[in-house]
Amino acid sequence: MSVVLNVQGLEKSFGAVVAAHNINVTIEEGETIGVIGANGAGKTTFVNMVTGYLPPSEGKIEFMGRDIRGRSVRAITRLGLCRSFQVPQVFLSESVFDNLMIAFGIAERDGLGLLGALMRGDRAGRVDEHMVRYQIADYRHVAASALPQGVRKLLDIAMATVRKPKLLMLDEPTSGISAEEKFGIMDILMQALKEEETTVLFIEHDMEIVERYVSRVLAFSQGEIICDAPTEQAMVDPLVQEFVIGKEYHRARSGNGDAAEAGEGEAG
Amino acid sequence: MTKYMDQTGWALTLGLAVLIVVNFFIPEWFRAILLLSLARGSVALGLLVLWRCGLISFGHALFYGFGAYTVALIVKYLGITDVFLTVACGVVVAGGFAWILGFLLRRYRGIFFALLNLAFSMILYGVLAKLESLGSTDGISLEQTTYLWYEPEGAANKTTLFFFAAVMTWAVAMAVHHYLRSTLGYMTTAVRENEIRLEYLGYSAERAIHVKYTISGLVGGFGGAIAAMTIGHVDPDSMAYWPISGDFVFIAILSGTGNVGAPFIGALLYELIRTYAFEQFPGIWQLIMGGTLLLIIMFLPNGLWSLVDRWNQRRKERNRLEARAQEEKA
Repeated sequence: MSVVLNVQGLEKSFGAVVAAHNINVTIEEGETIGVIGANGAGKTTFVNMVTGYLPPSEGKIEFMGRDIRGRSVRAITRLGLCRSFQVPQVFLSESVFDNLMIAFGIAERDGLGLLGALMRGDRAGRVDEHMVRYQIADYRHVAASALPQGVRKLLDIAMATVRKPKLLMLDEPTSGISAEEKFGIMDILMQALKEEETTVLFIEHDMEIVERYVSRVLAFSQGEIICDAPTEQAMVDPLVQEFVIGKEYHRARSGNGDAAEAGEGEAG
Repeated sequence: MTKYMDQTGWALTLGLAVLIVVNFFIPEWFRAILLLSLARGSVALGLLVLWRCGLISFGHALFYGFGAYTVALIVKYLGITDVFLTVACGVVVAGGFAWILGFLLRRYRGIFFALLNLAFSMILYGVLAKLESLGSTDGISLEQTTYLWYEPEGAANKTTLFFFAAVMTWAVAMAVHHYLRSTLGYMTTAVRENEIRLEYLGYSAERAIHVKYTISGLVGGFGGAIAAMTIGHVDPDSMAYWPISGDFVFIAILSGTGNVGAPFIGALLYELIRTYAFEQFPGIWQLIMGGTLLLIIMFLPNGLWSLVDRWNQRRKERNRLEARAQEEKA
């Protein structure tokens, strides 16, 4: 197993607000990592810094053994570290097909090659395959603005994976999706990513999703990683329970919480 | 060859053939209008390239002026009259300036982009109007033009220029069409709607805009060069003043962004409306122009080309219905 991402001593503050403090993470090939934490804990800031969107104040970021700190978003994307967004970032007035077509066009060509025709039969074939993999082929000609939220999320992620990234960061893949749909969407997603052997890190609030799909958890609180452990272990970690999950949730799940205790938990 | 020829390619070629044929049947004044339409349509084509990604320039007379004045100055100071050379220089100079200005303009969007262009075009206007060596407000007259070793005389002069302009414009439109179908050219909605996603796909929105701006400048310079030779004279008021930029925006709105051929149709219609309005109603011709713009924006907000789009759609719909009817019969 080789190390894909190695982050050491990452720091970031916005004025008096500490968004990241002493973040150390090592991600190995093939892992599926869940990032949890309350709102404002620094999860998205972490993703933004690693993908080059935000410059960190301090620290080291190595991707595939290469120092990528200070590189631009597009340079990092080209190296194979891609991301999706909490609010899908797609080209709303274009169809699903056209969205993916431009994504493939940019991924497959560079420099003067970009002056080659975009709409080519072989590329269209690859787009169609990709749409099947993410199960959005039914929406081929629908404008992205008219898509159901779940499909738009899948499109956003499908666009992030056209380069077959080594490491993919998903920012809340199930946010904004109804409870009935979320497992279906996650199944599609995880299956597609497994086929492409992508190492995945995703931010998630839903503990059911985390327990079901993730092998390792990073728990953030106030800009720090308070727990980095296999999922089973992280779920019972006292710090995680206190700052991320909330005690009540755990009690209810372990089946020994009665009304009085739950009330106490709330009071405390 | 088929790689470069699609429906639009054939239509442009047909347009060229029509121009060459009608040349022999039209009066002099109409040929001048057609020439001017090719020139101004080219600049509007440059606007189309930017417009598709949501950028509009209120100062494209800048490149029109660069193209026109480069031709005039080369003739005046270097004595070179070969059109291939002078036009090439006009295109390169305008494109070069667009490339340089692009480093600044690529960082601006919306109204700031539009007005920065206006600012630069007025700087050019100021320089041209003030400097005696650049002809000042009187401008510069062009001498006889030559085509490689061919020196047309009398009536042949106009015809040759017309053929030259038509063929060159065809080549420019084909090149721009090819560009718009490339991956880089398709980065239109991407730039307009979501630059962050574009960055995360691995391309710089600013660089995409820079390329578009440079192409826009090249094409604008070409238009200016053709206009200079058509009119035979350049002066700041008719080549670089801000109402000229307004004309280009007018033509672009009139044409729509649907197809590279649209700006030329729009430019022709614009010239015809203006010529007739000016001739028939000299007192209120501006009113007529304003009214035309108003009607276009109210009833054809996507320009003349939306008529073609509508027609295409209706045809497709009819074909679909016919196919279905046939299926049902069978």
